[in-house]
Amino acid sequence: MASVRLEGVRKRFGTVEVVHGVDLAIADGEFVVFVGPSGCGKSTLLRMIAGLEDISAGDLFIGDKRMNALSPKERGIAMVFQSYALYPHMTVYQNMAFGLEIAKSSKDDIDAAVRRAAGILELTPLLDRLPKQLSGGQRQRVAIGRAIVRKPKVFLFDEPLSNLDAALRVQMRVEIAKLHDDMGVTMIYVTHDQVEAMTLADKIVVLNDGRIEQVGAPLTLYHHPDNLFVAGFIGSPRMNFLETRVAEVSPEGVGVDLPGGGRVVAPVDAQAISPGAPVTLGIRPEHLTLGGGDAGLTGRIEVVEQLGEAFLLHVRLADRTLFTAKLPGDSRLSAGAEVRLGVKGAFCHVFDADGQAMSRRDGSAPPASAVTSSSH
Amino acid sequence: MAKPVSSELTRARVRSAWIFLAPMLGVLALVAGWPLIRTIFFSFTDATLANLTDYRFIGFDNFLEYYEGEWYGVMADPTWWRAVYNTVWFTVVSVSIELVLGMIVALTLNTAFPGRGMLRAAILIPWAIPTIVSAKMWGWMLHDQFGVLNDILMTLGIISAPVAWTASPETALWAVVMVDVWKTTPFMALLILAALQMLPSDCYEAAKVDGIHPVKVFFKVTLPLIKPALMVAIIFRGLDALRIFDLVYVLTSSARDTMSMSVYARQQLVDFQDVGAGSAASTLLFMIIAVLVLITIMTARVRLGEDER
Amino acid sequence: MRSSLAARTGFWLLILAIVVFAVFPFYYAILSSFRSGPALFSTAIWPDSLDLQNYVSVFRDQPFERNILNSVIVAVSVVGISLFLGVTAAFALGRISFRGRGLLLLTILSVSMFPQVAVLSGMFELVRALGIYNSPWALILSNLILTLPFTVWVLTTFMRALPRELEEAAYVDGATPWTVVRRIFLPLMWPAMVTTGLLAFIAAWNEFLFALTFTLSSEQRTVPVAIALLSGATQFELPWGNIMAASVIVTVPVVFLVLIFQRRIVSGLTAGAVKG
Repeated sequence: MASVRLEGVRKRFGTVEVVHGVDLAIADGEFVVFVGPSGCGKSTLLRMIAGLEDISAGDLFIGDKRMNALSPKERGIAMVFQSYALYPHMTVYQNMAFGLEIAKSSKDDIDAAVRRAAGILELTPLLDRLPKQLSGGQRQRVAIGRAIVRKPKVFLFDEPLSNLDAALRVQMRVEIAKLHDDMGVTMIYVTHDQVEAMTLADKIVVLNDGRIEQVGAPLTLYHHPDNLFVAGFIGSPRMNFLETRVAEVSPEGVGVDLPGGGRVVAPVDAQAISPGAPVTLGIRPEHLTLGGGDAGLTGRIEVVEQLGEAFLLHVRLADRTLFTAKLPGDSRLSAGAEVRLGVKGAFCHVFDADGQAMSRRDGSAPPASAVTSSSH
Repeated sequence: MAKPVSSELTRARVRSAWIFLAPMLGVLALVAGWPLIRTIFFSFTDATLANLTDYRFIGFDNFLEYYEGEWYGVMADPTWWRAVYNTVWFTVVSVSIELVLGMIVALTLNTAFPGRGMLRAAILIPWAIPTIVSAKMWGWMLHDQFGVLNDILMTLGIISAPVAWTASPETALWAVVMVDVWKTTPFMALLILAALQMLPSDCYEAAKVDGIHPVKVFFKVTLPLIKPALMVAIIFRGLDALRIFDLVYVLTSSARDTMSMSVYARQQLVDFQDVGAGSAASTLLFMIIAVLVLITIMTARVRLGEDER
Repeated sequence: MRSSLAARTGFWLLILAIVVFAVFPFYYAILSSFRSGPALFSTAIWPDSLDLQNYVSVFRDQPFERNILNSVIVAVSVVGISLFLGVTAAFALGRISFRGRGLLLLTILSVSMFPQVAVLSGMFELVRALGIYNSPWALILSNLILTLPFTVWVLTTFMRALPRELEEAAYVDGATPWTVVRRIFLPLMWPAMVTTGLLAFIAAWNEFLFALTFTLSSEQRTVPVAIALLSGATQFELPWGNIMAASVIVTVPVVFLVLIFQRRIVSGLTAGAVKG
């Protein structure tokens, strides 16, 4: 088991730099998820940690040892690939034993390790099968088993669930979480699926365009996104944004006038801003209400999407901005109707002209009372 | 900051790449590089086959030499120029015919009908038969007295008297073309078929929905799409045809009417024991093909460069 | 498909024409091989004789079994050497990016386009210097120029098609590049090796120019040379019956191989050419 530390890590392919200096510390036993849109460099970063990709500049430490020049096997890592990468000509047993065999472990040690891993992952009855005789979920378990057997200090996952169907994905997600609890080993997990990120991670690293946008616990990212990118990336449906100007600055926060009439005061630290400055107001779809609130937004419903436990309203505001509201229960509204969406100041995020969030004052989450009052 | 260090894995891989390549490159240098260099070297000497160690340099005399009012050397030999003409004519005609026939066979094989696998197997037979054997088989079929082809053609009334296909100057080169077409059309057809099968089916369905005539679809959609593959097939076959030896040698022996460049070079080298002249002819053929290969590579380079990471 | 009777008839006539065109010469060679004496000069296109005389005399008049053995020895050795050297080289060329790789690939492709005659005098000197003139060794050596570049090229295209993650998983498992080749790629490359080996075998089996030039005695000849130089009782009358019998003997196994492996062969041929 070991901590992982990246200092100014860069990656260039020829003249193109795809990772621009990443600094990151991962504690021993932590479950860290790299998340970001495709092409953001998250897989490249993982592959650099694995030793499959050279590090163009900067340092990588696992434990306290600098790893830049070491081969994958010397780094004490194990990796689970998106395509599973099982050796097609070997049985499940042989697949899991391969690493130990190369390390010249004794036959008994190999057998014990393979059987133990197979027991954990419920693969025991499948040990003599070939990969092509397995289902997708079983293959994924073999890939994980192959990694467990090596007793790695750091476990790397490269989008391991994206080839599975939705139901299996949820099941495997739970199994991976359980595995982490049982083994307590450091895990680094790459995904583009924010649900996986939110549910699995102790700490999420949001990457965009080869840079870290924000590092934090899942709920920190949800409630206190540092900037527009993170605010828009974490949460589904994504946060609504409204381009506007500061109407008032008070000790309570920043006041903004809404197109539908009324003013909301977002409880943010407003020392650095003055009235009239352009800002972006952000509010999550699930924090909007039908009517009520401190102030309102009026618009025409374009589409209603029923999700069963909730419904989504896509509302075109007077200034042409499209807002999405997620509301509980069934909707009796239909497209074309005028509607007023209620906004509570406590839920609002404010971003300055550079897209940086102004820090929200109230600790971690909005008051619990506010959350309950929003759901009626 | 420290210079970027490639990891042990990268270094191990690059190191092993060269270790893995070394034996192959060594053998290739021994069987291709060295003999080629020696051949070019010999083309500037007066070496003979009987005594390869005793020679002197004679410059370009094997290629072209002016001596007492007369031109000598391979490039002054009308037989050589006849061989060049024959080879080029053979290449152009046979590759053209193979292209057309190959296209027809490929289009046929590309339609679904019962027995398609059998047809594909049948066209592989000519390809599998050794060239020498095909030459002999056709030589027998084209025999002037007992050949089945003359018999069939006379029965059908197409010809009135037996034709000495491989012996008479007017037909000999055509006979070579005929056998080559028979033998290599399958290769052409399979390459074209592979290209056809990679075409997206949706644009055909779109054309069908739009009611476009199949012939027009062929010329407007199919042909442009398989053009790159066709070019590759033509280049491969063309370069192959330029070095033709065994078919000509066996079917029509060393007759002047059909002699190819390779046959000429070997005749100088082995039959006339003139290593200098033979090497000069070989070198000329090599140059011709090398130039063509270079042109091909120059034009294809762009493509090759693209898919390299 | 709704098509007129005329169109369908035309289509089947076309198929018939292709089949006749492809198969008839070989069929006629088989017919002729069973005709001897005066019957040989029959031009009937239906079987009318089953005389094994030609098959007997082809082995009696020259050491044909020895020629077949030579061909087998040469072709098998050449294929073995080419595959062994080719598969490691293909791993390097197909999966590792290093400086000069593109140039190497082009060189190998160019060598496979070489006119054989361009190396003939140099090869002759080499063969003499090594003291292997008029022996199978000369042919094994010289045939490598045909099969080795081809083998490397085709195996490289197959090697490239294998997923990258497989190799990476093995590195993470602690494998060295040599282990990866031996334990992961070699087992997976078997089908490709069979295909490539078969194509190389056919190329070596059919080779004529080197075999003609580097052998002298009829005991050292390979099959193609033996058939080409088959002569009869009189110098001017070719023993067509024997030639046809010999042709059938050496062709039938190859045709069977090709028919059994036809799918593989088609993929190998196109991998070698289309990717170029």
